[in-house]
Amino acid sequence: MLELRDVIFRYPGLVMRFNFHMERGSFTAIIGPSGGGKSTLLSLIAGFETPQSGTISIAGRDVTHEPPSQRPLSMIFQDNNLFAHLDIFTNVALGVSPSLKLDEAQRQAVTDAIMKVGLAGKEKRKPGELSGGERQRAAIARVLVRDRPLLLLDEPFTALGPALRQDMLELLKSLHDERGLTTLMVTHHPEDASTAASHVAFLADGEIKAYRKTKNMFRAKNMPGLAAYLGNTPRSP
Amino acid sequence: MKHTGAKITLALIACAIFAGLLPVAWLGLGEGEKALDAYTLRVIAFTLWQALLSTAISALLGVAAAFALARRQFWGRAVLVRLLALPMALPAIVVVLGIIGIFGAEGPLAGLLPLYGLTGILLAHVFFNAPLVARLTLSALGTIPPEQLRLAAQLGFSDGAHLRHVDWPVLRQALPGALLLVFLLCAASFTIVLTLGGGPQATTLEVAIYQALRFDFDPARATLLALVQIVLCGLLGLGVLRFSSPIQAQDALRLARHRYDGQSMTARLQDILFISLLVVLLLPPLAALVASGIMSLSIQTAFFTALATSLVLASATAIFACTLAWVMATGPARVSTLASQAGLILPPAVIATGWFILASKGPGLSPVALPLIAALNSLMALPFAYGALAPALRRLLKSHDRLCDSLEISGWNRLRRIDLPSAKAPLSLGLAMAALVSLGDLSAILFFGSGQYVTLPALIYQQMGSYRMEGAMGTALILALLSFTLLWAAERGSERHA
Repeated sequence: MLELRDVIFRYPGLVMRFNFHMERGSFTAIIGPSGGGKSTLLSLIAGFETPQSGTISIAGRDVTHEPPSQRPLSMIFQDNNLFAHLDIFTNVALGVSPSLKLDEAQRQAVTDAIMKVGLAGKEKRKPGELSGGERQRAAIARVLVRDRPLLLLDEPFTALGPALRQDMLELLKSLHDERGLTTLMVTHHPEDASTAASHVAFLADGEIKAYRKTKNMFRAKNMPGLAAYLGNTPRSP
Repeated sequence: MKHTGAKITLALIACAIFAGLLPVAWLGLGEGEKALDAYTLRVIAFTLWQALLSTAISALLGVAAAFALARRQFWGRAVLVRLLALPMALPAIVVVLGIIGIFGAEGPLAGLLPLYGLTGILLAHVFFNAPLVARLTLSALGTIPPEQLRLAAQLGFSDGAHLRHVDWPVLRQALPGALLLVFLLCAASFTIVLTLGGGPQATTLEVAIYQALRFDFDPARATLLALVQIVLCGLLGLGVLRFSSPIQAQDALRLARHRYDGQSMTARLQDILFISLLVVLLLPPLAALVASGIMSLSIQTAFFTALATSLVLASATAIFACTLAWVMATGPARVSTLASQAGLILPPAVIATGWFILASKGPGLSPVALPLIAALNSLMALPFAYGALAPALRRLLKSHDRLCDSLEISGWNRLRRIDLPSAKAPLSLGLAMAALVSLGDLSAILFFGSGQYVTLPALIYQQMGSYRMEGAMGTALILALLSFTLLWAAERGSERHA
């Protein structure tokens, strides 16, 4: 579904190299220390950054040089996913048509998506009148109407409390299964990975150090970088 | 007693303003409609018309150039963004000479434009204000969250949708204040209209006040014009204050974030056009100034006298304005901030008219001329000094308060050991900004100098008046270099201490 081949991206102070293959339908959590290149990896896949060399293909198509809007994916950021001056309906509708010209069926699809994420009745609210969790739900609704096979999430629930984060992950997981999405989520919380992800990628120093099934990853004993990151080994003073 | 110093300072400023306003109101209102004749009406109409045109052109060029600078990566972009800050540091008279150097009788483009009159005034106003609008627009665009730019790219926004959904919400916050400020600056513009205006057809209130007072010896007309000016600029100024504080926003200039819009051919051509226009507007006058300035550097006694007078006045203004700003920063925030803006809202000519009338009723002008010039310069410089000093100083003082109280460090000791050393960076910037205002001032010196005191801008004005253009160019180049060095040193200093 997603393949990065010899992708090289130079950043002041860090050279990143990515070789990575992800199966259709998998839910991968990316964990790793800050500054290791997690967000950059998503930016490269989404087309916000262009690699110096290498190829990125999605669903068998080389998208390395395609503009962000042409790539078959949606993305949710930690914050600022909504335009503050537009109401929730309009924000979701932007996923169907950026010029906001919607026919009746499309309007219905927007309403359905808003209902699906549990925001029915809040269509006319502005993002500022919603809680942080509700704003992320609206962003998920827009992903639903956009209907692209690959979903990227950059620490989407970091700002939320533990219980709410759990709810959101469950919503996300159920939509992932129902729509047959392929999902790639950067997270700061290893337990998020255990909750929702089928696979975990450990990314540090601009490289994917390991990519395994979730249960195998956390059992791994022979990875000093991962152990140091997770903090379950005694560190030298 | 809380805020004693600040209260005394505020009272002092209020007295200075009232000393300017009362005679104006008294005499001006006494004149009634009698003096509101065709000439006055024509001056009012021209003042508004040229300010409107200047603002419209500056807005169009400034906003379009800001978009081009925000979404294009090209060689020299960083330099060009830095260059936008340059006109604000240049005395108006210097820019006027640069423009004359290009379009004037001796210039390479002589005869292309009717320089003296509306065209020349617009050109000079746009030189100053298009970069200002561009800077303010750029810093507004810099506040757009990067996620939204990426989102717009992912959702495939057209340039129109991008403008509507992403850019307009931040521009709507920033532009009204910026454009009102530009309109105010143009409506109260003195030097440019005095030197490039063409007689009674192209005169603004500010210049007409000066002419009525110093040439026609007609205080009645001067006060009436001043009264109109105060109402006009007062209304505009209150409008500017209502929309945030644009003077403080300027230091927030960042290179805009990576944008993904503007990929269409039309957008590319438009950006190329406006960047070229900006370069063509900014560079030739500066080049002309340097070229003809270097050719005609002639250092005479008159120059040294003027240099000395300028330096004395600039130092006095810097120290006085920063002392005021410092003391006000210790006082109540809202009132102090409002009072600091008085020099921006109240045109110098209005205050000068009142002081002039009071002085000529009392001791006569010549014994008090220098203090009056320094005082008026300080009032004009106060918004800039306060903007540079007060926000940082407030934070510093607050952070020192508890520790100093617990250690019983107070008064002179605290000022000398704690507050002054830690406020070096904002203080040096404030001193430099105030000195810059004084160095470039032509209105206070012309109102009160009476030829007895001549600063560098006044010398340039004299040289222009007696058709010694080369001399004027040489003096202007030195004045420009002086202003730059000052600002450069202050910015370096404040970066080092920050």
